[in-house]
Amino acid sequence: MSLSGRYVIAGIGHTAFGKLPGQDTVSLNVEACRHALADACVDKSVVDAVFVKVPTSAHQFMYGQKVAEALGITPRMGGCWDQGGAANITLLSFAIMAIEAGQCDVALVCYADNPRSGNRAVYGRPRGDDAAYGWFSTAAGYGMIHRRHMIEYGTRPEDFAAVAIASRKHGAGNPSAQLRKPLDLEQYMVSPWVVDPLRKDDCALVSDGGAALVVMSAKRAKELGVAQPVPVLGFGHGQTSFELPQRATLTSTEAARSAHTAFQMAGAKPQDVDVAQLYDCFTVTVLMTLEDYGFCGKGEAGAFVRDGAIEYGGQLPVNTSGGLLSETGMPGLQLIMEGVRQMRGTARLQVSGAKLCVVSNQGGTMHTHSTLLLGN
Amino acid sequence: MEMPKPEPTDLSRPYWDALREGYLVFQRCRCGNAWLPARTHCPACLKPEPRWERASGRGRIVSWVVYHTAYHPAFADKLPYNVALVQLIEGPRLLTNIVDPNEALAADAPVVLKIEWEGDTALARFRLDYTPA
Repeated sequence: MSLSGRYVIAGIGHTAFGKLPGQDTVSLNVEACRHALADACVDKSVVDAVFVKVPTSAHQFMYGQKVAEALGITPRMGGCWDQGGAANITLLSFAIMAIEAGQCDVALVCYADNPRSGNRAVYGRPRGDDAAYGWFSTAAGYGMIHRRHMIEYGTRPEDFAAVAIASRKHGAGNPSAQLRKPLDLEQYMVSPWVVDPLRKDDCALVSDGGAALVVMSAKRAKELGVAQPVPVLGFGHGQTSFELPQRATLTSTEAARSAHTAFQMAGAKPQDVDVAQLYDCFTVTVLMTLEDYGFCGKGEAGAFVRDGAIEYGGQLPVNTSGGLLSETGMPGLQLIMEGVRQMRGTARLQVSGAKLCVVSNQGGTMHTHSTLLLGN
Repeated sequence: MEMPKPEPTDLSRPYWDALREGYLVFQRCRCGNAWLPARTHCPACLKPEPRWERASGRGRIVSWVVYHTAYHPAFADKLPYNVALVQLIEGPRLLTNIVDPNEALAADAPVVLKIEWEGDTALARFRLDYTPA
């Protein structure tokens, strides 16, 4: 029997976003979980699984157990997963599969990090022996991909700008957002280079913060009186090589395989999607995800995003709470939370009558991808 | 400020030693698969003991970036500098610098090996190849 629709996100919660000096990642995880449990209206005593994404800026030994201890929970299952930003949807999937297999009953999925007030060295790190050539940072890998997309498909700076403009427009009115300053094309075009062809406004924010989800079966949610459970209709994954040069192509991502699995599980098509929360660590990621998810043809995302198609009120509203470019640079859970709000009908920029939301998570330099389909 | 240096291992030392002697090498398996950087096993067929093969030194630019941010102090006075992804005509891909002006870099442009020394390390840089095809 398909898992589609039989499991729910029962609660969502997050800390403040932005700069939170003096707070360690364990505390931020606890704060986010506290809010998620309150949102689900369930007591922590029902939780018997804790799935944690490793803090990007500070990998730690047995980190999952640190978080569980601080939560006062002795889980039957859980642990810490390193898959970059794709880990959130993956952990949600693991939680669902574990509950289905009778290994646990109610799970917390959470993530927190504090690179803004703490150490952000990970984002500028040397990339092995290639550092001798000056090969540093996360941004540079995306710069290679961004340039190759321009080369192969004639994608224009205005197209990348359209992604940043949409996220910034949506985040501008979001009281939780870290960067609430709208962006226009003129401002984008003079935004300083970070690693050409990437401008500052192409790049995700660096943020402190935490977020959490409560996951259980739809049946259990009913028993526990969860007010606004949002059914998970599908999920999928894809992974590729560690080193960028090892990939046969720079302009396709694992998004295609990941989405194929998720849409098949949900029995849905891209055309059925009403609203999308797409991982926007860099603007090119959104363009390539739109293509690989089948919202447009390969190489056509530039044309697709022109004229406001991904803005609220457009053909496919994307990142309605501001995404990584505006709400918080936290890798991915904010997108799941906004997907949940859209399906509950409680989003600030609510897409009227939305019945299907797709969420993408992505890790590393397009190393990993995960896809989530939410319904209502 | 000293540039970051590669840290050769028993596995990668033949690569760096070859550059010191003036040529670029890559690994090839008996199955025909060729790659960089060094590995103990072929990632296609998993056979061990690949052999080192001398590269022609010719390739093309797949993509490139130009750094306007120095993530290491040794690169501060080199800004803006490029890092390019080059595919050798034999197939393996590597990250490198193109020694020509950043503005001269172009998609799929042919390049040729130009070994340069940084201190006591020989690096596999490339230059644009203007030789008529």
